[in-house]
Amino acid sequence: MTLITNNPKIERFPSNEVMLDLIDLKKVYPTPKGDYVVLENLNLQIKKEEFITIIGHSGCGKTTMLSMMAGLNEISGGKISVLGTSIKGPGPDRGVIFQAPSLMPWLTTMENVMLGVKKVYPHASKKQKEDICKYYLHKVGMESSFHKRASDISQGEQQRVGIARAFAIKPKVLLLDEPFGMLDSLTRGQLQDVLIDVWNKEKITAVMITHDVDEAIFLADRVVMMTSGPRAKIGDVLPIEFERPRTRKAILEHDDYYKYRKHLIDFLEH
Amino acid sequence: MKDSIIRVIKFIGLGFLEPLIRLINKEEPKKNIKEVFRKIVAPIASVFIFVGLWQLGSTALYNIEADYKIEATLKSQGEAEAQKVKECMESGDPSCQPNTLPSPAQVYASYLTLLKDHKTIAADKKAFKEKTFELNKKRVKQGKSIITYTGRPSFVDQIKTSLKTVFAGFLLALFIAVPIGIVIGLSSTLRGSINWVIQILKPVSPVVWLLLVFMIVKTLTKNSEGDSAFIISFISVGLCSMWATLVNTAMGVASVNTDYINVAKILRLRPMQKIFKVILPASLPLIFTGLRITLSVAWMVLIAIELLAQSPGLGSFVWEEFQNGAMDSNSKIIVAMFIIGMIGFALDRIMLFIQNLISFEKETI
Repeated sequence: MTLITNNPKIERFPSNEVMLDLIDLKKVYPTPKGDYVVLENLNLQIKKEEFITIIGHSGCGKTTMLSMMAGLNEISGGKISVLGTSIKGPGPDRGVIFQAPSLMPWLTTMENVMLGVKKVYPHASKKQKEDICKYYLHKVGMESSFHKRASDISQGEQQRVGIARAFAIKPKVLLLDEPFGMLDSLTRGQLQDVLIDVWNKEKITAVMITHDVDEAIFLADRVVMMTSGPRAKIGDVLPIEFERPRTRKAILEHDDYYKYRKHLIDFLEH
Repeated sequence: MKDSIIRVIKFIGLGFLEPLIRLINKEEPKKNIKEVFRKIVAPIASVFIFVGLWQLGSTALYNIEADYKIEATLKSQGEAEAQKVKECMESGDPSCQPNTLPSPAQVYASYLTLLKDHKTIAADKKAFKEKTFELNKKRVKQGKSIITYTGRPSFVDQIKTSLKTVFAGFLLALFIAVPIGIVIGLSSTLRGSINWVIQILKPVSPVVWLLLVFMIVKTLTKNSEGDSAFIISFISVGLCSMWATLVNTAMGVASVNTDYINVAKILRLRPMQKIFKVILPASLPLIFTGLRITLSVAWMVLIAIELLAQSPGLGSFVWEEFQNGAMDSNSKIIVAMFIIGMIGFALDRIMLFIQNLISFEKETI
């Protein structure tokens, strides 16, 4: 088993397998002291139904890259395409889960999910739309609080609703920006399970930023490591070859787990 | 039971009674006695201290004024007259009391007089209505205008008129400032381009607004009959007070959490959906803060504007009493002052109540 692909840029997939394609991506922020190049020559292909986690040092440009994929941040050079079409701005084909739950605090959990569902299923009946919302809220374990205001539930619960909202719009790609970074480790574990559970059923492509090496290994098909900025790019890609569905216990007991972990930590420490 | 009572009193802004209710229920007596003292006894004590200081102050002023009056009489009319004035003052005859800051007791007496006055006038009005009821019916049939009561308004009528004016002015401010605030909050170009108008007009004094409105309304209502004093005063009140709402709305709309905006972008909400589902609810707390300031400013400038515009209301009541110079005028003015203050306070509480009812953020200031 090869743990290390020596030059990740060379690794190309057949185009019909690729969901997201980042080609020579560049991001420049103009500053008073001249242009600051955050990302340069960044190439990455993400396959359909693949779960990718991205790790790298703080400030290396991970979030910038993700928000560019979401269409919330302008692209300075290169391009990003979804199924071969380059993106222009944000859209419901790419769902995003932010670090802060960012639910509308004045709406109930149901109404928060409904906001997206209405947009994606404009012709469904009210009952059908409600059923969709309920289905996803149920999936994330929020079946007992459909009508609670978002401001009245805990942060962990809010993030659960955030997950439901993102999945309910049936995106092709799900982009997650450190979604569990603000949560305590117990809640984080629970939500990882919820996320992977829903993802298993929906089979969509997921790209997730994380700081947590264990989380990265547990969730991912491939862990993408970014070099430190400025001019950050993909430093290395580590395929995680555990069988799915995975359980945390089985993975912790697996011999390869520590090899993966060592590989990631070595990368981050050098 | 107890908890629901506490919830209700907190909701209507009487939260200070909470420790008393807990104490009656024999809950943590030590802590709650302290709380009762802090939240109920101490504030009541401060009222007594305030009234006491007022009493002292008014006595001191009374003495200065009385001494001066006796001295003046002594100089101009001799000792015998001065002695008479002194005796007259000591007897408490209202006709020879010096005119100065009234004492709390005098103010309270005036308050009772005003109430009694109101009852007389109200009874008068009722009698007039009954008397003219049949006649008015006939006149309506004949196509003539009905006869209305034209007597002097009572103090309570003045309060009602003032409330009506301030409410009309507040609504005007609301309907002008909130939409404009939203529009300029949404567009930074627009905000930049009309910022100067706001910055220049915001500090303009109520008096000048009144004159401006007067110029315009006077011309516009040349050919129509109607209550132009009311129109002038409510428009002026609206124009003076709307700036807080305008600025707060614009700021609230412009500073909506970017996460919410991003969610709206990802869901590709249409502009109208974005405004009504995301931006407006998110900026509601700030809009309401603006509206609260607007209402209190409206109430404050109303008195000055009524006073100048000669439109009926508390302001003209105060002014007439001041011009009147009767014995109890000063204490009536102080009564009006307290009433104005208390109504202002009540209006603010009502706004806070509505704000808590519809907004997702709870504010308790």
